[in-house]
Amino acid sequence: MHRFASPARFLRLAGAVQPWLAAGTLLCLAGGLGLALFGSPPDYQQGESVRIMYVHVPAAWMALFVYACIALASASLLVWRHPLAGLFAKASAPLGAGFTFLALASGALWGKPMWGTWWVWDARLTSVLILFFLYLGLIALTNAFESPERGQRASAVLALVGVVNLPIIKFSVDWWNTLHQPASVSRLGTPAIDPAMLWPLLAMAAAFMFYYFWLAILRVRSELIDARLRALHRLQTEGR
Amino acid sequence: MEQFLAMGGYGGYVWPSYLLGALVLGGLYLVSRGELRRRERRLRALESRLESGGGRARRRGEHEHGGVAR
Repeated sequence: MHRFASPARFLRLAGAVQPWLAAGTLLCLAGGLGLALFGSPPDYQQGESVRIMYVHVPAAWMALFVYACIALASASLLVWRHPLAGLFAKASAPLGAGFTFLALASGALWGKPMWGTWWVWDARLTSVLILFFLYLGLIALTNAFESPERGQRASAVLALVGVVNLPIIKFSVDWWNTLHQPASVSRLGTPAIDPAMLWPLLAMAAAFMFYYFWLAILRVRSELIDARLRALHRLQTEGR
Repeated sequence: MEQFLAMGGYGGYVWPSYLLGALVLGGLYLVSRGELRRRERRLRALESRLESGGGRARRRGEHEHGGVAR
């Protein structure tokens, strides 16, 4: 990892992989949307409303995945003090918040016709709402300090504390009674989902994954330029 | 076509969720790219100003901070 931790190397690497990530996003999105809207059958119980799944489930997966990435980056910021790790966490937080919001909103849109309600205060929905607030807290805390480094370290501590929420979200459907259905793709053994529905789901998930890394890298580049701007400003005011 | 848009009576739930997805992901992309472009412009302006004004300060700055964004 150290080899990629230098900003100069990162920028070279970023320039090389970004077009591929963008292409991957668009390709998987085109294939995923085609399969999700045209190529997959309606559910025998849920009818056409099952198509919400192809937005809802990948968004919810990414909500957890992005948080896990932020937690890893936060740990390496606090332990090894990689400056890029702090920037990566900072760049990721709004993306994670976006995915979490999308999971909550599409879940409400799915819950209304299927459960008869937009929202229930059960463990799964509540813990994901807490995840959304955690993301907002990370964003606010990162920007709450005069020095960007202190903001990143403070929000890294919050990110690590919030990790406790991830297993709660994952296992909430097994530990507590809920309207929410349990996992059907990542079950041990064979997934309890038909291939005709699994493929569009995986294609959309791949699209979201490409999208996340594409935007995260773009946003880290942006943060690096901001750091340089700040350094030059400091220099300019000191030079007077 | 009408049948497709109706989504078996669930169109009012299916399409808003896809639309929200497009808005959230597209919006984050536009905001991020806009911010990157704005910062790039500001950096170019500042660098050219430093180049014309304080040549020495700039060279020292590159030595100290050159690793930050190169």
